[in-house]
Amino acid sequence: MDLVETLLPGVGIRYEMSTRSGAPLAFVVRRDGAVEVSVYDAHDRDRARSAVRLDADEAATIAEVLGAPRITQRFADLSREVPGLRSARLTVEPGSPYVDRPLGDTRARTRTGCSIVAVVRGEQVVPAPSPQEVLRADDVLVVIGSGPGLDALATLLAGP
Amino acid sequence: MPSVAALLTELGLLFLGLSLLGLLARRLGLSPIPFVLVAALALGDGGVVPLETAAPFLESAAEIGVILLLLTLGLEFTAQELFGSLRHHGPSGLVDLALNAPPGFVAGLLLGLPWEGALALAGVTWISSSGIIARLLGDLGRLANRETPAVLAVLVLEDVAMALFLPLLVVALAGGGPLQAAGGIALALTAVALVLLAAHRHGHRLGRLLAHPDDEQVLLRLLGLTLLVAGLTQALGASAAVGAFLVGIAVPPSFAERARAILSPLRDLFAATFFVAFGLATDPAEVLPVLPAVVALAAVTTLTKFGTGWFAAGRDGVGPAGRRRAGAALVARGEFSIVIAGLAVAAGLEEVGVVATGYVLVMAVAGPLLARAVDLEPRRRAPG
Repeated sequence: MDLVETLLPGVGIRYEMSTRSGAPLAFVVRRDGAVEVSVYDAHDRDRARSAVRLDADEAATIAEVLGAPRITQRFADLSREVPGLRSARLTVEPGSPYVDRPLGDTRARTRTGCSIVAVVRGEQVVPAPSPQEVLRADDVLVVIGSGPGLDALATLLAGP
Repeated sequence: MPSVAALLTELGLLFLGLSLLGLLARRLGLSPIPFVLVAALALGDGGVVPLETAAPFLESAAEIGVILLLLTLGLEFTAQELFGSLRHHGPSGLVDLALNAPPGFVAGLLLGLPWEGALALAGVTWISSSGIIARLLGDLGRLANRETPAVLAVLVLEDVAMALFLPLLVVALAGGGPLQAAGGIALALTAVALVLLAAHRHGHRLGRLLAHPDDEQVLLRLLGLTLLVAGLTQALGASAAVGAFLVGIAVPPSFAERARAILSPLRDLFAATFFVAFGLATDPAEVLPVLPAVVALAAVTTLTKFGTGWFAAGRDGVGPAGRRRAGAALVARGEFSIVIAGLAVAAGLEEVGVVATGYVLVMAVAGPLLARAVDLEPRRRAPG
């Protein structure tokens, strides 16, 4: 399944997805968090037929029901309120030195000042992981910190 | 003092009138700008009900209106969006310039304007109204359409191009030669590049400077900074509007959302007074004689803008129906055409104001109507 992300200047982001049932789906996430879900016209594949318009809180409710990846968005909101604070999703690549080692071994907080606030493992999310949490290949770490700190942590995870 | 009473009454009636016009425009699915212009024409010199006491106040408020329009324009997009647009749609931006500015320039010369006036008119026909178009795309539910990124990219490029065009125009209007004009552009380009770079590296510092839990503090700090920078750029011989735009792009994206929300009521108020002041300064009796020329210019630039959208959407691999929609969507001209014409009028070229008033009246109505019309056609043909 492909999710194509397109930046809409001044509006937000459009995500396009071709679902297995065949209906090409698009949703536009506006900057204020409102979401417009549309289906592409069968005759004019460029035209979106707007199906549902959701306000930010409605979209958030649906996202909560459907899954956890929305966590990143939450931290994006948080970092918007605190200037200089950023969030990122860093993947633990299969070749990383920290695969199958406890989270505490990264000493991320001491070395980079970043906080790892959640570990996303497939469909499952470990919120506020303890230092004993063992990292697996392809885990996604949800991290908040400063811009340079995040860069440093990404380098750290990638290993030498 | 009786004049205070007259001033307040006039302003009160004016704002109530604007509210009614806004309602009417929304009901018809059009932008309020042409309605406000017509009303202001009726109120100004040679109009039916002269609005005399409030005129000096409106003129000062109009200056702030321009600054707020450009500040919110700068807040509207991020450096990332600008560079993305430039990468994918740089050629579309050039086609936009090559197709839409020359008709205005030629028309200006044919109407007997000096070349500086013709240059202003080139800007008037070149820059689409991002305000009208962004709203239109949302209202028509076209944001997810595949031609929409191309339309938005052209708008972003025009916005930045305007930051380069305004200083050029100001230098030309002040009687500068081509060398000074080139200098003005180079200076503006450097300033925009520096501000974008600084915003990327140190934007959060500005964000920290402006941020405060209290909305009033944010408003005062942002407005104070903007007016200060605008005043400086004006004193340097560039346009105050450019300074405001630079402040807008320097504000980090994280803070821009809140700044937009806080500023938007103020922007709406002052922008409306700007359109009123512009209409007031124009004599309706002068608009009628140039109307045939304006309609011809409108017809030509509708086609050229349509071509721009057609080209831009084609670059994204959009089909013919989508390319038609993109072309029609870009046709509307509005607030920025008036901003450009306003500079020419301030420099004493009132003829430009007359032509631009007629032109925007036509285009701000024709644009949205055309954008709807191209979409209706296939729906009627398709059965069911």
